[in-house]
Amino acid sequence: MNSDPTRGGIPERGAEPPSYLREGTTVRSWLTTTDHKRIGILYALAITFFFALGAVAAALIRAELVTPSGDFLTNDEYNQAFTLHGIVMVWFFLVPSIPATLGNFLLPMMIGAKDVAFPRLNLMSWYVFMAGGLLALFAILAGGVDTGWTFYTPFSTLYSNSHVLLAALGVFVVGFSSIATGVNFIATVHLLRARGMTWMRLPLFVWAMYTTSLVMVLATPVLAMSLLLVVAERAFGLPIFDPRSGGDPLLFQHLFWFYSHPAVYIMVLPAFGVVSEIITCEARRRIFGYQFMVYAMVVIAVIGFMVWGHHMFVSGQSAFASMVFSFLSFVIAVPSAIKVFNWTGTLYRGQIRFSAPMLYALGFIGLFTIGGLTGLFLASVPLDVHLTDTYFVVAHFHYIMVGGSVSAFFGGLHFWWPKITGRLYSERLAQFAAISMFFGFNFTFFPQFIMGTMGMPRRYHDYPPEFQPWHVMSSVGALVLGFGYLWPIFYLGWSLFRGERAPANPHGATGLEWQTRSPPPKDNFDRLLVVDQEPYLYHPKESTPDEVEQAHAKQKP
Amino acid sequence: MAEDLVLHEPFEEAARQRIAVPFGVWSFLATECLFFGGILLFYAYARWHGGEAFTQGAKEAAVWYGTINTAVLMTSSLTMAIAERATKGGFRVVARWMLGGTLMLGLSFLVIKGFEYRKDVHEHLIPGPGFKFGQGPAAQFWAFYWTATVTHAIHVTIGLGIIARLLWIERRGDLLLHATSAQGGALYWHLVDIVWVVLYPLLYLVGRP
Repeated sequence: MNSDPTRGGIPERGAEPPSYLREGTTVRSWLTTTDHKRIGILYALAITFFFALGAVAAALIRAELVTPSGDFLTNDEYNQAFTLHGIVMVWFFLVPSIPATLGNFLLPMMIGAKDVAFPRLNLMSWYVFMAGGLLALFAILAGGVDTGWTFYTPFSTLYSNSHVLLAALGVFVVGFSSIATGVNFIATVHLLRARGMTWMRLPLFVWAMYTTSLVMVLATPVLAMSLLLVVAERAFGLPIFDPRSGGDPLLFQHLFWFYSHPAVYIMVLPAFGVVSEIITCEARRRIFGYQFMVYAMVVIAVIGFMVWGHHMFVSGQSAFASMVFSFLSFVIAVPSAIKVFNWTGTLYRGQIRFSAPMLYALGFIGLFTIGGLTGLFLASVPLDVHLTDTYFVVAHFHYIMVGGSVSAFFGGLHFWWPKITGRLYSERLAQFAAISMFFGFNFTFFPQFIMGTMGMPRRYHDYPPEFQPWHVMSSVGALVLGFGYLWPIFYLGWSLFRGERAPANPHGATGLEWQTRSPPPKDNFDRLLVVDQEPYLYHPKESTPDEVEQAHAKQKP
Repeated sequence: MAEDLVLHEPFEEAARQRIAVPFGVWSFLATECLFFGGILLFYAYARWHGGEAFTQGAKEAAVWYGTINTAVLMTSSLTMAIAERATKGGFRVVARWMLGGTLMLGLSFLVIKGFEYRKDVHEHLIPGPGFKFGQGPAAQFWAFYWTATVTHAIHVTIGLGIIARLLWIERRGDLLLHATSAQGGALYWHLVDIVWVVLYPLLYLVGRP
């Protein structure tokens, strides 16, 4: 990209404008801001709170499971604990995690824009998010929900005695903040790219945000409608899923998973983007197969809409439907594998720096691969019949969502921390955090694969004693994992006040966001940008031997 | 008019800014289609499985109220389209009257809907205790009726809010600068109409050859 700061625009006359952090310092200036960078930080604060809330619930679950009998939670309380964990972590942490924080902060900067296309809508989406969050929080304080995060009917509509309505409304409301963010990002990418920033010059993070936004805009409304139908049946007694009037509870499952399977891609596509940025920079390599990386994300976003039935293999849906969904679930593994191979290919002959963000990114590749491959087990109908509702499923999706998305989120947070805050953190302490998170995660969730195949069902806190060693292992791992999450608070917090001032481009990265000051001014750039290069030009073409140069390697006999 | 467009952040080019609002609204309309798609799937399921009993329930829907409301809403679509064109062309007076007309027609839709609801309540057409048909597919039809029409009415209300805001901008005197807002508002209003056009035969014409 345009790395020479004297080229391509007229420098500002006089003193340069202050950074976005100094543009008004009152609480009011933050709560009424339309600056995408500040909104990103508002989101970051909010989701950190919800992450902590979900983590407390996880801690309760893991502590309860140390012994085979129920210890300090009743059956109902245990149900409420895992429901709280699921609802909060999925809708109030993972879905907004990367798009609403890093995406909000970086997307306009990466395409050379001053802001997102609809800045006020962006701020509104944060308030909508907070409103939904308060509703969910209120449901928890009022006594909790016990349906599981899936709100399956008829339990949720006819039988549950917990605060389903409040929680469903909270999720319903928070969906609109997703949709607003999605619409905003789609419009931003279409309308606000800098001169010369063609579609095939977009950084992969931008492509990830774009495809994620498409899924958000097309999938979230279906969740909204399915929750609305639950509310109609539960609150007003309208027989929608009620079998006594000829309704079908499975209809709810179809509607729910039509959203919730694409939602997995809402959670993991942004992680793909983050990891692509980190790996290219820290291996000093152009991305291997840029176009394939782009098309893989687009294909994942599209096919992601056609695989929801693999959540329902044991629900009694027709064998034909199960076969089709099984086949499509295998198909979607192909683009995912292309991405893993291409990241690995990018490392080949790279000059790899094992910095903290890189450790998170490498950890992501390993954990995502395990999560993806175990997904193939579950996509296969005969195996899934055995593994449904066991800890194997729990381990599988935690490998994707926590091992994958949360690792990438932490990696991205570290990678762009100097840009966001203008401070450098301690590299050593951060590497330690990345490694403890990787090991803690595997200690927690790998045993769950094993006990899952042995038949340990999910959602029970009273279990046969032969599973206890695996549960103890898992709970001890969770302690290490918890340390891996808490530790960054200390050194990142410390860096805010005492950290060394960050230069504009501490990693020597090529993205446009690094071509401005750290932290950036309110308008992002002090000059107009013109892009005349493809992304990730970490080594000029023709400067390397043919076997390293991937794009134009000569055919060897 | 277009030449009077004032560039505002984050846009650098007038052409881009001019299409931004319609572009955003179109994306949102995709959301709305999937949203109503969910409840239409429920309808398809219930009608397919409910058979004759479902049709029996549907025959109770007040076809006259529905037909009059369809005419009212279609007319409002016309006035809204004229208002949008007038805004683009710079005809302030026409735009004001047409926006006012759309607002009145939208309100009358809600009022007529209210009368229809009153009739439905009197005839015990709310599923639950005292429901005319008891449990069964007819109850499913009426579950769809209430959920879909109330959801649609909420959309009408939001649309009326948008039109009221456009009228307020007009009163302030700078509607012509907000031609793209008028365009976005019109797009949304037409969606509300189209949803009703789909709902009308599903609700009122079932079992009426």
